[in-house]
Amino acid sequence: MHTPTAPQSAAPAPADGPDRPRPAVESHRAARRPRLPFDLKDFGVLGGLLAIIVFLSVSTSTFLTQQNLVNVLDQTVVIGLLAVGATICIISGVFDLSASANLAISAIAGVYFTQHFGVALGFVLALITGAALGAITGSIIVFTRVHSFIGSLATSIIFRGIAVVLTGGAIVAPLASQSEAFRVWTSPVVGGITAGTVLFVVAIVVFGLLLARTTYGRRVYAVGGNIEAARLGGVRTGLMHISAFAISGLCAAAAGMVLASRAGSAQPAMATGYELTAIAAVVIGGTSIMGGTGAVWRTAVGVVLLTIIANGFNLLGWNTTYQQVVTGGLILVAVAADSLIFQRLKRK
Amino acid sequence: MSRAPAAAHSPSQHTSTDRQMAPTITLEGVGKSYSGTSVLRGVSLSIVPGEIHALLGENGAGKSTLLKILGGVISADEGTVRFGGREVRVGSPREAIDLGVSLIAQELALVPQRTVLENIFLGRWDNVAGFSRDGADRSAAAWIIDELGFDLCLDDLVSTLSLGQAQQLEIVKALARGSKVLCLDEPTAALGEQDTQNLLKVLRRLASQGTTVIIVSHFLDEALGLADRMTVLRDGEHITTDTTQGYTPRDVVALMVGREVGSLSASPDPVPTDAAVVLDVEHLSNTRITSITLQVRAGEIVGLAGLMGSGRSETLMAIAGADRSSAGRISVSGTPLKRSSLRAAMRAGVALIPESRKEQGLVLGRGVGDNVALPSLRRRQVFGWIQRGRERETVSTAITSVDIRGRVEHVSVGELSGGNQQKVLFAKWLVEAPRVLLIDEPTRGVDIAAKANIHHLIIELARRGTAVIVASSDLEEVLSLSHRLLVLRQGAVAAEFGRGAPANDVMTAAFL
Repeated sequence: MHTPTAPQSAAPAPADGPDRPRPAVESHRAARRPRLPFDLKDFGVLGGLLAIIVFLSVSTSTFLTQQNLVNVLDQTVVIGLLAVGATICIISGVFDLSASANLAISAIAGVYFTQHFGVALGFVLALITGAALGAITGSIIVFTRVHSFIGSLATSIIFRGIAVVLTGGAIVAPLASQSEAFRVWTSPVVGGITAGTVLFVVAIVVFGLLLARTTYGRRVYAVGGNIEAARLGGVRTGLMHISAFAISGLCAAAAGMVLASRAGSAQPAMATGYELTAIAAVVIGGTSIMGGTGAVWRTAVGVVLLTIIANGFNLLGWNTTYQQVVTGGLILVAVAADSLIFQRLKRK
Repeated sequence: MSRAPAAAHSPSQHTSTDRQMAPTITLEGVGKSYSGTSVLRGVSLSIVPGEIHALLGENGAGKSTLLKILGGVISADEGTVRFGGREVRVGSPREAIDLGVSLIAQELALVPQRTVLENIFLGRWDNVAGFSRDGADRSAAAWIIDELGFDLCLDDLVSTLSLGQAQQLEIVKALARGSKVLCLDEPTAALGEQDTQNLLKVLRRLASQGTTVIIVSHFLDEALGLADRMTVLRDGEHITTDTTQGYTPRDVVALMVGREVGSLSASPDPVPTDAAVVLDVEHLSNTRITSITLQVRAGEIVGLAGLMGSGRSETLMAIAGADRSSAGRISVSGTPLKRSSLRAAMRAGVALIPESRKEQGLVLGRGVGDNVALPSLRRRQVFGWIQRGRERETVSTAITSVDIRGRVEHVSVGELSGGNQQKVLFAKWLVEAPRVLLIDEPTRGVDIAAKANIHHLIIELARRGTAVIVASSDLEEVLSLSHRLLVLRQGAVAAEFGRGAPANDVMTAAFL
């Protein structure tokens, strides 16, 4: 029986804000109880992650090696960056299915920019491209009032098409003289950890703080939690959604450049389907698909959890077919817990 | 007698076989409470077959609750309900249908994407082993439609029907089920004059053929003209059941109100004679309101009264810029506002406390602190970075000022009681003392203690010079709170009253 015990314990806790973990249940008692800086129930995902880590550390000799850990972290980067953008979109109440197509276009554009302006400027221009394409998707959705799911699905198809047009269907690579420098994101920085991993951590910190500590973040939560209340509170709700898509595009472009850096090239079909894995990671982390609650740290945990499960199957020599079953099960548990909480809130 | 369409229809589909006559409905001491609050008490009456019976009362008098008990949507907590001598405890719409009762609510229960025919027999289509066989359905439906002289085509999509036709469809649907008792909640509220007359004619005809019609209506003229008998309710009490003959709408209003108003609540301080006009609205119009003109002085509380759909909320939403307006001028302290701009109105010091705290007011999943801080975020930030210390202070001051007890800053709003949620909504808009405060339904669904609290809060705000408009379906509330009272009717100001106006006069202006 290849039935890992971890998923049960990985059931996410009530989704909540990043800076004020609160019990969603029994608030009256909580108000009287001596207050901890956080509530343990809120960290169910984290508990699940730790349990898997402990399990793998004990049952394999290979998991806790520096090389393996560096690899695991590096494997989180692409999905992780996409998932950070998806987190902001989902909390604000929209889905960006165009993220991976945006990734491909931005990476291709990044390669072309690199050929003309060098590696550093090429990277920056790729990010700008991604953010701009995201803003366009967002504007289309806001102004046509098409549901974000359909709107971004449509733009993703358009983006993939444009990517094929741009490249003529071929693989594009930077100039031969640049190929070494272009691999910057795969190079180790400290203790073997790659520059790509560092980029992901920077994104987690920057967007985590953006959500948790700024007025922008507050508005994102408000728009996702109750768009009419946000509007009547003076929030420009359309602008919030456009900017959420722009951030998603920015993150997608960063992910695209890391992926291109690894392969040394970019091509129109790259990262197909990654946007769904990213959304899965967000949900597993405990961010509500209904919008209005969630956090970037949760997404980071979700991504690492998914990656470590894959890693564990490899290390234990288990049939990787079951990995999909486990991943699917995790998503179901996460979403079921979320919708039960949501219903309870609605009933009140 | 046996006009029952089911005769033309496959009999196996109908559970009720006894359909010669509508049953006599007898209620004895019927009462109903919701979470401890009694909304209906001691109602005893009896409705005979073929009678048209009107349930009359103010908003919240309990008439819809009574109708729902009769229609089998909810069951009574106390007393007995008998249909044709047999005691019944109806618990589901299904059982009510079996008893031959159909409730036609204000929100019609139709599937807009499907045809008229499919909707008439919703869920009970004639079939052979699951394959639909709509021949019998079709002829049965056509027979009823013909009989009633309705203008309905069986193959039209429901989404293409007018409101009047949809209403007709609901009646056909009820009759096709073999219903002999029709309960209608405000059936004419959304209909035009012609559709209304047609509907009333059909109801009379059905009654003359033995169908019992029980109707809730705000339109007293219409109800008195239609009904044989009426039951008047007030605050959940059964006031009278009598024949409608000899009653004028005025008499009925007197029965509906029947009490002196304003004795229990606090009253506002008089407005200083030199108080300046803060809010000046001229000829404000949009699709829902017509040429609303009003002025509110500093420290003045103006009440907006009117029936449901009379444009109370719409007026406030338009003044706040939350709804578009097509014409008119609004100025605050002499400065004209950009029309239809919520943010411009907010900047000018206009705050709106909307009708529904759950739908429009609060982000239920977020903390009290986040909710309170939302409209004034930009006051406490440095380059977008929230100054959390200042925010904590602001929030705790605001929460204290609306008298919410306990440490609730971090509790999500959805966990609070209705009264406390309403107070959070107030706190949110009091962080920056507004110049104009527009309050829609200040105390809907809150307990008496919280209600008194909120009333004192409103009076206190006015005392400090805020110009306040209070819109409420609770007439007693607006009468006791406001210095002046405007009565709206079909989106326009129908009458204005000073403080101390008799409730009867106000009701008359709203109803007639």
